[in-house]
Amino acid sequence: MAVGALAGSAALPHTRSVLRTRSNVAQVPLQQAPRHALRVERTRIVSAAGSSNGKAANTRVIRGPCYVTRDNIDTDQIIPAEYLTLVPSKPEEYEKLGSYALIGLPTELYQSRFIENGQMKTRYPIVIGGQNFGCGSSREHAPVAMGAAGAKVVVAQTYARIFFRNCVSTGELYPCETDVRLCDELQTGEEVEVDMNKDVLTVLSTGKQYPLKPIGEAGPVVDAGGIFEYARRTGMIKIA
Amino acid sequence: MANLVGSSSSSFAGSGLYFDRHASKRCVQHVCRNAIAAPPASSRAPSSTGVVKKAMTMTEKILAKHSNNTAVVPGQNIWTSVDKLMTHDVCGPGTFGIFQREFGENAQVWDPTKIVIIPDHYIFTSDPRANRNVDILRDMVNKYGIKYFYDITDRSDFRANPDYKGVCHVALAQEGHCKPGEVLFGTDSHTCNAGAFGQFATGIGNTDAGFILGTGKLLIKVPPTMRFVLEGEMPSYLMAKDLILQIIGEITVAGGTYKAMEFTGPVIEAMTMEERMTICNMVVEAGGKNGVCPADETTFDYVRQRTDEPFEAVQSDSGAGYIEEYRFDVSKIQPLVAAPHSPDNRRNAMDCRDVKIDRVYIGSCTGGKTEDFMAAAKLLHKAGGQVKVPTFLVPATQKVWADLYGLPVAGCDGKTAAQIFEAAGCSTPAPPSCAACLGGPKDTFARMNEPQVCVSTTNRNFPGRMGHKDGQVYLASPYTAAASALAGTVADPRDYGA
Repeated sequence: MAVGALAGSAALPHTRSVLRTRSNVAQVPLQQAPRHALRVERTRIVSAAGSSNGKAANTRVIRGPCYVTRDNIDTDQIIPAEYLTLVPSKPEEYEKLGSYALIGLPTELYQSRFIENGQMKTRYPIVIGGQNFGCGSSREHAPVAMGAAGAKVVVAQTYARIFFRNCVSTGELYPCETDVRLCDELQTGEEVEVDMNKDVLTVLSTGKQYPLKPIGEAGPVVDAGGIFEYARRTGMIKIA
Repeated sequence: MANLVGSSSSSFAGSGLYFDRHASKRCVQHVCRNAIAAPPASSRAPSSTGVVKKAMTMTEKILAKHSNNTAVVPGQNIWTSVDKLMTHDVCGPGTFGIFQREFGENAQVWDPTKIVIIPDHYIFTSDPRANRNVDILRDMVNKYGIKYFYDITDRSDFRANPDYKGVCHVALAQEGHCKPGEVLFGTDSHTCNAGAFGQFATGIGNTDAGFILGTGKLLIKVPPTMRFVLEGEMPSYLMAKDLILQIIGEITVAGGTYKAMEFTGPVIEAMTMEERMTICNMVVEAGGKNGVCPADETTFDYVRQRTDEPFEAVQSDSGAGYIEEYRFDVSKIQPLVAAPHSPDNRRNAMDCRDVKIDRVYIGSCTGGKTEDFMAAAKLLHKAGGQVKVPTFLVPATQKVWADLYGLPVAGCDGKTAAQIFEAAGCSTPAPPSCAACLGGPKDTFARMNEPQVCVSTTNRNFPGRMGHKDGQVYLASPYTAAASALAGTVADPRDYGA
């Protein structure tokens, strides 16, 4: 359901078939460049090599330790309101916002913190959720904070509508869905690989696999870094 | 859809509350009726003959009209034109930041008369970044010539700022920006509040809002509509807040995800605009995309008193298709609370009488309107006595604040709400803003900085919502909040004369 809920995805020309042929595994570095920097870099790559560049497809395979959350993780837990004075479009405040990602999770339930004390980035590129991930406020600060902290993908059973849309619009996170209740299956810290080309999540220590729902046409938009960059790459916005 | 199936069992089923839920077969019935009235004709679908007009819900009709379609169906992706875009101090600076980054420094906004900017979240704080964000909004308003900006420059006395209003959703209504049939987007999830006026209104993120700033359009998916029919006699001790808590408790915090929630029936027809706003305000707490009430004379009177701009109301067709229909007999509903930590954690207030509380909060877009304070004051006056816990009052807007001091409360010997609150020992009404509803900076008025228990007329009670991560928030109506203030525990307003 949620994949189709990226309004207009059906109306957008897509490059999935090209991207789908790539299956290289991207090792996620612990320290990542801020998304704004990446956006500039990606733009250059595309203008040089066009949309057949494999860089984007690589981002659909994400490997690393996962951070496991439960049902109804609302935006106040993802980024408490006291940090909303930070303006995400300002690069230095974007970085700071990331350092507070998921800080609102209750301490007694989440003793392993998403971002350790004194750190700006997370060591978990993959966040696992249950039902209705991202409910509550429309604050785009929520997916932005997670992306700024270094998260690449959320894998949950369902999403709240605005959070899903904000993930895709900003290109900060892949909002990947699954029918499996992974929050009962996985433990925080387990090394997993999320492969959105093959639509499977693999636990690296055991090889156990869980099916994912296709990311669909939300994928290329997140690959591009959000709707504006996607629109430029696909000719929806004319570049002078 | 799968997440809705199986949610039909009602904990109230055995207690006399009738509750009728079924997947709507209205479309099918409609076809059958037509078959009786008209001779059998071609096998072509009625819509393809051009003879039969497609029956639509009011949400579908509004979106069809705004996308130059004669008809739309749920699931259809459309480009809708936008009548109004609202933003505030928390999301406005980022929205303009994206607009400038993506459209360029020299770009102009699509229509400076259709953008409404309402600082309201973090106003009365010494947080320098919060104050800066209001300054950024002012710069943007000047740069782009934006017509509607409810500015504040003197934070020491909000009354010295005649333009300043307060909480955006209530200000939008009071200043005449909510009109039947229109499409409103706002960078705040409670933008759905405006659905009370029979319009399409929903919350979006900064990036989508930045897109609208440049184009006046947005690509959205037409939601299927859930229909909620509210009937029966409304008891004196219930408020609209109880009804929406009942509904959210029934369908859960995800039950309306991606859907329009249409509220109708005699109970809605008898409601004031403020009560309808309370209902529509909280549809996002059920995950809903938008909430909507049919526009009627009550709506038109309210709107015409506030704007001369024309509008065109639309109504749902009798044969429109609904994905689900719920019916509630409101006379059977009890005063309710949503217990920590979820708005769908529904309890009868009387079953929580053993919950000791530390404070009461009356305020926000949901529960800080004039009628909310009038109701709380009326209960306090009739019951008499002093509140047992600190009771914080935050009028949503400057107009609400003035009403507290200027309007006599019905049936209370000519006393104003402010006089009644003072006599009962409540705190002095604070300057209008979102205040502690969402926590905010540490120095925010009435923020929960300790792990306390609060009964609140606000909209959310997820962990940390009002400040402290271990705080506990019970969402309630103004009646229930006032009764709880007198009791020092969660209380049933019937025990205090409601």
